[in-house]
Amino acid sequence: MTLTNDSAKSSRSSFAAAGGLDSIHGEAGEIVAKGVHAWFGKRLVLENVNLVMEHQKVTALIGPSGCGKSTFLRIMNRMHETIPGAQLAGEVRLNGINIYDPSERAASARRHIGMVFQRPNPFPAMSIQENVLAGLRFNKIKTSKTSDIVEESLTKAGLWNEVKNRLSEPGGGLSGGQQQRLCIARGLAVKPSVLLMDEPCSALDPTSTRRIEQTIKEISHEVTVVIVTHNMQQAIRVSDYCAFFLAAENEPGRIVEAGSTTQIFEAPVDPRTDDYVNGRFG
Amino acid sequence: MTLEMTSGVGGVAGESVGPVKIKPIRPREFKRSDIIVLGVTGLAAYCITWILFDQLTLLSGQLGFVLFCVGFFLGLYWVVNRQLFTRQVAVDRFVAALMTLGALAMFIPLLLLVVFVVARGWNLLSAHVFVATQKGVSELSPAGKAGVAHAIVGTLEQVGLAALIGVPAAVLTAIFINEIGGRFTRTIRVVVTAMSGTPAIVAGIFIYAIWIATFHQGYSGFAGALALAVLLLPTVTRGTEEVLKVVHQDLREASIALAAPEWRTVWSVVLPTARSGLVTSVLLGVAVSIGETAPLLMTVFGNKLMNSNPFNGPQAALPLMAYQQIKLPLQADIDLGYTAALVLFLLVFTLFIVARLLAGGRRRTPGFAALRSRIVNSSLGATEIEQDGFADTPIASYPPSTSTDERDQR
Repeated sequence: MTLTNDSAKSSRSSFAAAGGLDSIHGEAGEIVAKGVHAWFGKRLVLENVNLVMEHQKVTALIGPSGCGKSTFLRIMNRMHETIPGAQLAGEVRLNGINIYDPSERAASARRHIGMVFQRPNPFPAMSIQENVLAGLRFNKIKTSKTSDIVEESLTKAGLWNEVKNRLSEPGGGLSGGQQQRLCIARGLAVKPSVLLMDEPCSALDPTSTRRIEQTIKEISHEVTVVIVTHNMQQAIRVSDYCAFFLAAENEPGRIVEAGSTTQIFEAPVDPRTDDYVNGRFG
Repeated sequence: MTLEMTSGVGGVAGESVGPVKIKPIRPREFKRSDIIVLGVTGLAAYCITWILFDQLTLLSGQLGFVLFCVGFFLGLYWVVNRQLFTRQVAVDRFVAALMTLGALAMFIPLLLLVVFVVARGWNLLSAHVFVATQKGVSELSPAGKAGVAHAIVGTLEQVGLAALIGVPAAVLTAIFINEIGGRFTRTIRVVVTAMSGTPAIVAGIFIYAIWIATFHQGYSGFAGALALAVLLLPTVTRGTEEVLKVVHQDLREASIALAAPEWRTVWSVVLPTARSGLVTSVLLGVAVSIGETAPLLMTVFGNKLMNSNPFNGPQAALPLMAYQQIKLPLQADIDLGYTAALVLFLLVFTLFIVARLLAGGRRRTPGFAALRSRIVNSSLGATEIEQDGFADTPIASYPPSTSTDERDQR
């Protein structure tokens, strides 16, 4: 992965579908962010972010707190705009289609770009099975093979064996790590092209964290994964590519360096990256 | 229970070898001696108050006596505990006693009220009361001929209609305020708050002025339902709003991130999550409206006969009937009024139980809990199982537990 200078890395975008986001069907997608800026009210929090998140790869966004990683992640499935006073500029292309094109609905973008949050948030009023199928129900996707989808999604999320005998029990009755995997299954059930993860393990213990990391590795063959993490060991373990975000005091967040995970951690070009990945600040 | 344990391992050298009895303690235990202290202190407080009131001064009045007695008791209780134990214990006991007295001060009037109504209404209560009306009842009729069936029907219809009109409106208002919002959010919230202070009689006059005086619709159960709906609306709205606020923002985000439209998020995620609280707020609204008498005076008017059509003609209602009967001169009529009040109590009680059972739904039925614990047992090899909780707390409480008691060992 490189910083996109218009010429670089445009080959993948060539399989852009005509007919907008609704014509995408479940294949892993490539996300390209170009010139993304973000504001909360009048405060610029993210400046000129250019990044390619490759097809079927895991990209980790790293950096200290408050540098705009999560904001950037939320921009990629149009969750940023749900916050009052939030504004943005630039474009985000999924397989070449700009999700911020006026003709695209926010719901279409979210349908293809799923999200897993920091805190596990299964719907407490729904059973495990209903939780997995929630996305299909919300999007009025009719299918006769619901039980297949439930099994497939839970298997991908590494939870099937633990819950297959109690699918009708409430999702809130699971442990924290299981709940988070249930949320991953819920995200996968609608067959998204991309799955965004906002520090998915920060509320979990080490055992559950390993399970989630395993899950990420397994699902990355089918969906493109973008993960925000504060844990550098985790970035090394799960990601193929890394982007290092940094915000100086009273300045908006920017990407300092991006590249393959090996390069970022073993041969960083920018001295600030070197300091950060070696734990000298942040 | 005594714990037995050998002090050999890791014990201090020179200690006696062999089983040593360890007596477990509960630092805040309330022992029998403490009960005696409590009783004696209470007695002493009573005596001091008696001497002060009846011997030394010319003070009088039961309320004053009780207040002085409580004051002396609290003071003495602190001093006694301070003498017997440490200062911390004294403060702890003092505050505990203060809180308990506060709870009693709330509970005793309620208890007296219930006892009063039950005692006065009890002698006429029979199965006959629930089926008979006041048809053909005169001064010469034997006691026990009349019944309250017409009032039960009236109250159920009026409150039912009021809930039918008021609850959806209130829930929608709360959803607007809390979920959707907009320029009028604050205005509407202020209006709702102001409405909750509306005197009940004003609601009655309002409906009378519009429905009966202006549109010449005549007295009816429906007019009463309109007035009750006006009273029920602010209570349910505020209650629902509070409940919706508690639904965690994470859940709304999760729903939006699954590409759900806003109405879907509210309907499939927010409302089901808040179900138990919603039922409580609806119950509060019904409780407010079911006991109202004043608005019914000007809208349903009262009726001694059965009128089961709420849209035509005056109807009876339990609170209204109690009010009207108790004003009558004959003892038999007054007794019937108290019986109506007692039936109202029973009705409210029954409604609350039914609503609670419905709100609990399938998750609280014993069968389900048993099934669940069996499944959990078999799949976990009977390790830690939450045996409690299913009967009285919703399992799916939010926020979900993110504790690290991991059961999913690889």
